[in-house]
Amino acid sequence: MFPRPIEKSTPAARTMYQIALPIALFIWLFPLIGVAVTSVRPSSDLASGNYFGMPSRFAWDNYVSIFTDSPIGRYIFNSFKVTIPTVIGTLALSCLTGFALGIYKFKGNLLIFFMFVAGNFVPFQILMVPVRDLTYGLGMYNTTMGLAMFHIAFQTGFCTLFMRNFISALPKELIEAARVEGVKEWQIFWHIVLPLMRPAIAALAVLIFTFIWNDFFWATVLTTSASTQPVTAGLSSLNGQWVAAWHLVSAGSIIAALPPVLMFFMMQKHFIAGLTLGAVK
Amino acid sequence: MSMTHADRQSRTWWQRNQQTLTPWLFLAPGLLMFAVYVVWPIFSSFQLSFYDYDGLSTKEYIGTANYSELWGDRAFKTSLYNNVIWLVLYMLAVPLGLMIAIFLNQTVRGIRIYKSLFFFPFVISQVVVGLMFAWFYAPNFGLLYKVIEFFTGKGIAILASPTYATYGIIAAGLWPQIAYVMILYLTGLNNVSPDQVEAARLDGAKGFKMLWYVILPQLRPATFIAVVVTVIGALRSFDLVSIMTNGGPFGSTRVLSYYMYEQALSEYGFRMGYGAAIAVVLFGIMMVFISGFVWKMIRDERGMS
Repeated sequence: MFPRPIEKSTPAARTMYQIALPIALFIWLFPLIGVAVTSVRPSSDLASGNYFGMPSRFAWDNYVSIFTDSPIGRYIFNSFKVTIPTVIGTLALSCLTGFALGIYKFKGNLLIFFMFVAGNFVPFQILMVPVRDLTYGLGMYNTTMGLAMFHIAFQTGFCTLFMRNFISALPKELIEAARVEGVKEWQIFWHIVLPLMRPAIAALAVLIFTFIWNDFFWATVLTTSASTQPVTAGLSSLNGQWVAAWHLVSAGSIIAALPPVLMFFMMQKHFIAGLTLGAVK
Repeated sequence: MSMTHADRQSRTWWQRNQQTLTPWLFLAPGLLMFAVYVVWPIFSSFQLSFYDYDGLSTKEYIGTANYSELWGDRAFKTSLYNNVIWLVLYMLAVPLGLMIAIFLNQTVRGIRIYKSLFFFPFVISQVVVGLMFAWFYAPNFGLLYKVIEFFTGKGIAILASPTYATYGIIAAGLWPQIAYVMILYLTGLNNVSPDQVEAARLDGAKGFKMLWYVILPQLRPATFIAVVVTVIGALRSFDLVSIMTNGGPFGSTRVLSYYMYEQALSEYGFRMGYGAAIAVVLFGIMMVFISGFVWKMIRDERGMS
């Protein structure tokens, strides 16, 4: 193990390490802690210059007022309306593509696979104008569905990479045996491979949820009004309205960050398994 | 009678070609979506970059005029220069992420919670990260402003300064990026062979020498992924610029991704052809990296099978 386990060091070093950990964490998360504290600070504190001391009282009403005085509830709802169909659509498509590329040997297999991989790295700006025109042409401009459609297509690239690698690592004998038994190809997919893909599906579901929830660029390109904008774009426009009302901006930020954070803590193992794909071996 | 004949014939045709056709049937929906929303738009943008187009009226072919205009555009040069700064400074995420990973790779009580909390910034939207750092940098009361004021007697409003604003934004971007790299290395360190480490230890290797000659070679896959995601992150830097400065002050924090958006879609005008030309340049830069990455992956793929 590297570095040398701290249990093997002197007691003094061990104590030092135990003290250093929380201090390092506090410094690391300082911007987050600061914003969290500001979000429960009454506006009178900010007016009197109390930016860093203890809040004079816990102003939970900041959270109430962002929901009553701004469309943030609507923004959050829109985010779900974009994120959930994207997760489902992407998983459905990439299970199919991953199966095709992981199981069958055919001409063009590697070429298509690397097209999906390379597509992942493309800068969004080169897609921007055509995708906007296309969404407009399909009558889906400024709708959550139009945004979800693009996300499904783009994320399919990343998910295909993941699914294909996962499926090609499955034991081939399983599929061969089923074929000998005369099981149809789509039945092999549905009854044999799909149940084995559960861990991959779980990992990708949390990752895609987080990516799409946090997307800002496409939200600003494809949606324009409060009735359709997801929370990232909404927060950006609220930030323009709440000039210097840092207690509101902070409360809004915390609310916008909450769903992916909860998702991460609930599904941590899957999340990290998805992210670190390829980081070992 | 003829029905059954045709039926049998079609069935045999399907049986004969089943193995060839099946993968394509599975691929069709995903491939179609990807072709329509990702592959075709790339070509379409290339074409568009030779036109004058405001998004509404008809496109007018103007040859390479957009590109020659870029050549003399000072805002474009600033953006390009800032992209280089982003790329170079963003690479700091790799060694810094490794440092934190080494710091946290212990088995003391509660370390798992520490690891997840250190990873926290990556889970948060860049919009929120941008707002957090804007608060941290805020003139007059922001903590960084106060600290600088305490040491030098005069605070600096980072985001209002053409000299420092870009660095301020990059620092905000490094925060989640370091967290990402850290988690890649923590996974990598978990898989380092204990036998080799013990053997090297018996040979007297320790500290930096151990890291450099024994550990890092084993972490190469993690380093590769870390570099890939960091390069992409640096070139995709749109959210933070948009949230923290809107490209200002005086356009000093523009990067190509933001400048393209500004030209093609913002209130400054709908110059979509010109925007497409900027996007093509950005795509070209990214292509250099993409081909390197994909080339390495193909080589690994061949080596495996």
